Amino acid sequence: MSEMIALSGLTRWFGPLCAVDGISLSVNKGEVLGFLGPNGAGKTTTMRMAAGYLEPSAGRAVIAGHDVATQPLAAKAALGYLPEGAPAYGDMTPEGFLKFVAGVRGLKGEAANTAIARAIARTDLAEVLGRPIDTLSKGFRRRVGLAQAILHDPPVLILDEPTDGLDPNQKHEVRRLIADMAAEKAIIVSTHILEEVEAVCSRAVIIARGRLLADGTAEELLARLPHHNAIRLGLASEDSEPARAALADLPGGGAVEVPAEGDGLRVLPGTAPPGDVMAAVMAALGTAGIRPREVYVERGRLDDVFRRITADPADAA
Amino acid sequence: MPNFLAPVWVIARRELAGYFATPVALVFIVIFLAVSGALTFYVGGFLERGQASLDAFFLFHPWLYLLLIPALSMRLWAEERKSGSAELLMTLPLSVSQAVLGKFLAAWAFAGVALALTFPMWLTVNILGDPDNGVIVAGYLGSFAMAGAFLAVGGCMSALTTNQVIAFILGAAVCFLFTMSGVDMVLDLFRAWAPPLIVDSVAGLSFLTHFNALSQGVIGLADVIFFASMIVFWQFATVLAVSRTRGA
Repeated sequence: MSEMIALSGLTRWFGPLCAVDGISLSVNKGEVLGFLGPNGAGKTTTMRMAAGYLEPSAGRAVIAGHDVATQPLAAKAALGYLPEGAPAYGDMTPEGFLKFVAGVRGLKGEAANTAIARAIARTDLAEVLGRPIDTLSKGFRRRVGLAQAILHDPPVLILDEPTDGLDPNQKHEVRRLIADMAAEKAIIVSTHILEEVEAVCSRAVIIARGRLLADGTAEELLARLPHHNAIRLGLASEDSEPARAALADLPGGGAVEVPAEGDGLRVLPGTAPPGDVMAAVMAALGTAGIRPREVYVERGRLDDVFRRITADPADAA
Repeated sequence: MPNFLAPVWVIARRELAGYFATPVALVFIVIFLAVSGALTFYVGGFLERGQASLDAFFLFHPWLYLLLIPALSMRLWAEERKSGSAELLMTLPLSVSQAVLGKFLAAWAFAGVALALTFPMWLTVNILGDPDNGVIVAGYLGSFAMAGAFLAVGGCMSALTTNQVIAFILGAAVCFLFTMSGVDMVLDLFRAWAPPLIVDSVAGLSFLTHFNALSQGVIGLADVIFFASMIVFWQFATVLAVSRTRGA
């Protein structure tokens, strides 16, 4: 069975407020799904329903083949979950806390010790094992939460903002940890750091106002930008007008515009493949005797995709 | 059913260790011992009675518990929900009833420890006189059962709120109702108009009525069933209250 997480029509009302509105998605083994959305979009509520903490008003969640509503214990046994804010028992030490979680998860003796040692090594907690969790820094607390989530080596991981509050080195470590585990697990990671999506996720969904607005690989999401694969030219200012004239009727190319930010020109993608357009642009400029300072294909940034999709839901697909 | 009980013990052990990780345990035990001692000697006239019994000691337990047990039970669920660790607990593979039972057993065991530490009282009466130790054992068992009933009520109130102060006040208020319903002052209000059946029912719901019977050395089946069913009922209510927080 490769489909490890399946959410179908998950909906949750809080009184008159619909926090999550019919979210469906599935994550297969080997996939890391980035869960993106503005604050208050319903990310955490969706994850709580998937993890079995909140009951959905409608729809259902299936973890590793177990319906969260009807087989909660089996579903929870297959799941490692890092709740938002990485809560833990502050009066316990990380060591005591991990032993407690191992105990509840039914790990005993040698199996428990091995699991705890592995989780500690993977999250680099050795130096703070004996200190009360309340006295730890935010970064260490987050790692205690992560250690707890991966303790039983679950096939499914749901991590709510695993890198929040970590410094760049620690973020890098956590991303590497996720990437290391990705092959044999199905993982959902919520974040609002978009670079994280490109760094660790094989796919991303964007939700806003409780609705799923986009689902695809980073490349597919970037393709939604009108500037994606546009050719950007850096030009001396006196070359700008002649270049514009030279590029006006490019075979297979799109319109030529002056970018809102920066200088130079931008040739929007047209009917021809980007490589052909690039060749045509270079040929046209060569004929006109214009030497651009720089030429590159714009990929666009996920930030722009995110803003376009979440700022105006009316015209998002 | 070892599968049901295994996580219960894990929860109970953690919870019990939690009491001792903070000064809560020490403060509670010291106050419990000091106040129970003071009430026995100064208000109960333990020495003036000239009796080799612990009547004067047990007499005040319902009133002492009324204040102290809600202080013990208020954090059971309120703190868990406030700190967010409830989300962690409820997403671990265990049922709500296992978590509720584990927490209750830890609190009850802790109350038992506090109660057991009053053993110098028992030594004192045995040194000074020749008491009926059977009655004393019944008194201790009754007091322990009553502590369990108070804790079950308080734990349920704690599951209704994320605020420990509110949990304390609710717990004390409900316990107060269940205690006062056995006092003549309250029963007289009912005697004036209600048939004996109702008066007896109200009196029958009182911790006081049942505890007094036990502390006099009479281990009646009715009293044992009363405390047992109070504990079970309030555990069940707690499970409902905790489940409600996940509600759709």
